[in-house]
Amino acid sequence: MKPTRFEYERPADIAGAIALIRREDIAVKILAGGQSLGPMLNLRLSQPDLLVDITGIAELKRVEESADAIIVGACVTHADIEDARVPDVTGGALPGVARGIAYRAVRNRGTIGGSLSHADPAADWVSSLAAIGAVVMIRGPAGQRTLAIEDFMTGVFEVALDPGEILEAVRIPRLSRSARWGFCKICRKTGELAQAIAAVLHDPERSVFRAVIGATESMPIVVSDATSLFSGKPSGSVPGVFDSGAAKRMLNASGMTDPLDNQIHVAALRRAIERANLA
Amino acid sequence: MSGQGVGARVLRKEDGRLMRGRGQFVADLRLPRMKDVAFVRSPLAHANIRRVDIPPAYRGDVYTADDLVGVKPIRAVSGLPGFKISEQPSLAAGKVRHVGELVAMCVAATRADAEDIAASVRLDLDELPAVHDMLAGRAPGAPLVHESWGDNIFLETNVEVDMGRALNAPIKVTREINTARQCQAPIEGRGVVVHWDNRLEQLVVYSATQMPHIVRTGLSDCLGLDQGQIRVISPDVGGGFGYKGILLPEEVALCWLAMRCGYPVRWIEDRREHLTASANCREHHYRITGYADRDGRLLGIDCEATVDSGAYSSYPFSACLEAAQVASILPGPYDFPAYRCRTYSVATNKCPILPYRGVARTGVCFALELVLDAIAREAGIEPHEMRLKNLVRPEQMPFDNITNKHFDSGDYPEALRRAIAAIDLPAIRERQKRGEADGRLIGVGMAIYCEQAAHGTSVYAGWGIPMVPGYEQATARVTPDGGLELRVGVHSHGQSLETTLAQVAHEVLGIDIAKINVVHGDTAFTPYSTGTWGSRCMVMAGGAVSRACQEIARRAAEIGSWLLKTDIDQVSVRDGQVIGPSSSVTLEEVARIWYLRPQDLPAHVNPGGLEVTAGYKPARDSGTFSYGAHVALVAVDPEIGNVEILDYVVVEDGGKLVNPMVVDGQIYGGVAQGIGTALYEEMPFDASGQPLASTLADYLLPGPTEVPQLRILHMETLSPYTEFGVKGIGEGGAIAPPAAITNAVNDALQPLGAAELLHSPITPRRVLESIAAAGHSRGSRETHS
Repeated sequence: MKPTRFEYERPADIAGAIALIRREDIAVKILAGGQSLGPMLNLRLSQPDLLVDITGIAELKRVEESADAIIVGACVTHADIEDARVPDVTGGALPGVARGIAYRAVRNRGTIGGSLSHADPAADWVSSLAAIGAVVMIRGPAGQRTLAIEDFMTGVFEVALDPGEILEAVRIPRLSRSARWGFCKICRKTGELAQAIAAVLHDPERSVFRAVIGATESMPIVVSDATSLFSGKPSGSVPGVFDSGAAKRMLNASGMTDPLDNQIHVAALRRAIERANLA
Repeated sequence: MSGQGVGARVLRKEDGRLMRGRGQFVADLRLPRMKDVAFVRSPLAHANIRRVDIPPAYRGDVYTADDLVGVKPIRAVSGLPGFKISEQPSLAAGKVRHVGELVAMCVAATRADAEDIAASVRLDLDELPAVHDMLAGRAPGAPLVHESWGDNIFLETNVEVDMGRALNAPIKVTREINTARQCQAPIEGRGVVVHWDNRLEQLVVYSATQMPHIVRTGLSDCLGLDQGQIRVISPDVGGGFGYKGILLPEEVALCWLAMRCGYPVRWIEDRREHLTASANCREHHYRITGYADRDGRLLGIDCEATVDSGAYSSYPFSACLEAAQVASILPGPYDFPAYRCRTYSVATNKCPILPYRGVARTGVCFALELVLDAIAREAGIEPHEMRLKNLVRPEQMPFDNITNKHFDSGDYPEALRRAIAAIDLPAIRERQKRGEADGRLIGVGMAIYCEQAAHGTSVYAGWGIPMVPGYEQATARVTPDGGLELRVGVHSHGQSLETTLAQVAHEVLGIDIAKINVVHGDTAFTPYSTGTWGSRCMVMAGGAVSRACQEIARRAAEIGSWLLKTDIDQVSVRDGQVIGPSSSVTLEEVARIWYLRPQDLPAHVNPGGLEVTAGYKPARDSGTFSYGAHVALVAVDPEIGNVEILDYVVVEDGGKLVNPMVVDGQIYGGVAQGIGTALYEEMPFDASGQPLASTLADYLLPGPTEVPQLRILHMETLSPYTEFGVKGIGEGGAIAPPAAITNAVNDALQPLGAAELLHSPITPRRVLESIAAAGHSRGSRETHS
């Protein structure tokens, strides 16, 4: 298991990277940590002509904190978030997600931008950042644009990047102090890819109540108004009674028909809701 | 120097290099002008080969079966009546019989280049229907893996003892049970480096193998070379588990290539090759009926067992070792009066099956212990009480069981009682009544086994396979400075023999183990041996080292008594000295005089000097029987199907323990692999015979967080037949966990009325399916009164 022959470049700035990746005469892949791409190269599932290693680009490691958000560069590692080297604006939510990604060795090199761009449905960031309401910042030959995370991933291993575009950073909103967050990942053993992921964010001060059912067969199911997952009357801070039937219907509507798989997804969602103290 | 002998908890000598990353494995070798090999492997499970198209640019770098003129196929024949012979070519000729079978060999400056060449070779294959399921493969009309056979049965065996006596038993429980196909998954895969030595006119083969001498014999057969023209070196080897107890077609092919090309060639197995191509293990199916009286006393076992042997009979253990073992060891440590077992070794379009740590015992323990729990439930008694009624009792020892296995010593019921006490069964039953705050269900399960180890000539001669172990030999050589070299034909790749064999020598001679060097893994330097398998090394090589050192002691006593001017019967050898009535002389001084000042020796001295090769067999060679009782406490999450092991107790009796820390390490490693069998590891195939787990993302292995802190308790009942009373224990840890854990899960799921789990591994999906089946048909459950 050795990769096919490829060229390797390590540009020093984003402009240099864009100049390389916009080439259309050859197959180009971006290396942003290599924790998924590395094995794919060795298995020859990916056979690029040119590998553009963006981890030497200082702009992609920048962190910009503001009153209502933090912008995290694409090459910030999972471990940077886990260890809070990046300021946490989520009340512990994202460091908690980071801590559960694969193994520490993977977290030391794997990056938030790399994981989002790889768009594995079973990965942690595509689901958790969609629940948080994060936005991706994309740079390309035509300039910069932004997309909600849920609009960025377009399919299994597919994202809305045009030729020459690169995911530059992720904008993560600052949660209110009263926000409640619940995350549940179910996997067969520590460090494995998830069988089911669920995340819930209830932040009434900002009028946000979102949920995500992730690690499905395709894109995460993003529920932008999570009251639809509850029945009955709200009581205090509890929005009602979790309606597992509503969750099942969403899974069915997304093409997930295996009842036992769906049972695990619903269990993950219920547990995330419980962890958010919303049950 | 005291505290280093048999029974001492000394640190491992080999860890100095292994723990610092300084081991020397096959892939660490760098020979001048060496080239790398990658293979073109069959993408189909069963097909006729129409053509192999090699791009013109690479002619000369690619070899097929047509090139390997004069190379014979690998044949591992069994002498058991009716055994059908397979011929495993080193490169496939005419037909491929499993995915991953070698078709062409590509050689280049690097592995990546060789893989590029392999990717450019086009195979024109005519696909045939595949035998992907062993039961379907037994049926008439199934596609034929080997056309000339007329069916797909390597071997069918029958054993029957008084079965009629059991048939009217009041409790009769029948189950269909199976264990998944697995991969042995050593950290280091296979690896081969070969070069032709012009000075010695000898093929030098570096191979990650458990049995260098057997590989040499097998290579000699296939290549038509004299054995003296082949030297096999197995350097540091990163785990064997049976996977490295096989002659590989890759070894044969690379040897041919090295002789033809004149430069060294190398093939290092990658993980995908390991998982899908080389060999698998463990795939058993049982239809088993247990008969018992109302009190849970076992009256008989009736079983039909099928083993998926894969496409070829592997050298040297053959395609039938596994199933033949099933028939002889299924009764386990129990005493009951009626028995029948029919076994089938079935050829399928999958890679060959190899014996894996525990060999067939893991499967039979799983089948029998699951049935025993089912009987205990029918009888309405606790599973350990049911077992205590049926285990061979200590006063019966030594005991010849219903298949004529000779249990040498032990107290099986006591091991189980200690394990049940350690897990505190009454407290668990109370806790189950209270329920768990988190909604999970807890359950307790157990399994007890005995492990025939170091079985020798009389056992293997009966199977008639290419390898029959005889006397195990060791060479002991005192060095001129009073150190000791031990040369053994077995190989240490995790067994810690560089330490434990030194401890045995220390026990006899008292030489500091820091000055004892164990040489192994090279046919040029070590006595012939069948190698490391069957938990045999401490009994066999340890016995041989002891005998050789005893003879060294006699020779040293002869010289020492001369130097001390006393009679030989007035001296003894201990603590590294020859000790006389009033004075002593060190072995170092004895050695100095033998080697450097022979003028000071007595005239009648034994000219053999301080170098001895001794052979050893136990007083009976039918094997030692170590045994263990495993009890697991698990929590099952009924919503998502996950199983967590909360507590795990092992009570193990390995006879005299040479180094208790090493024994604990063996048990830990074995149990970890047993947990893999129980909960994670499975190599599935689709209907066309494609293996579906080709990376470790698909083939799950337990990691550190999946292996609980074990509680290991020891008993030490000596074997009456071996040196020091030692018994082989290397495999035991891997035998019982699937049965103990599955019984625990079934116990946990009882309140839900879930269907019994009968297929390993116990995946979340299987758990959820069994819960979903609650209230429906209870499967094959049969009871009559």
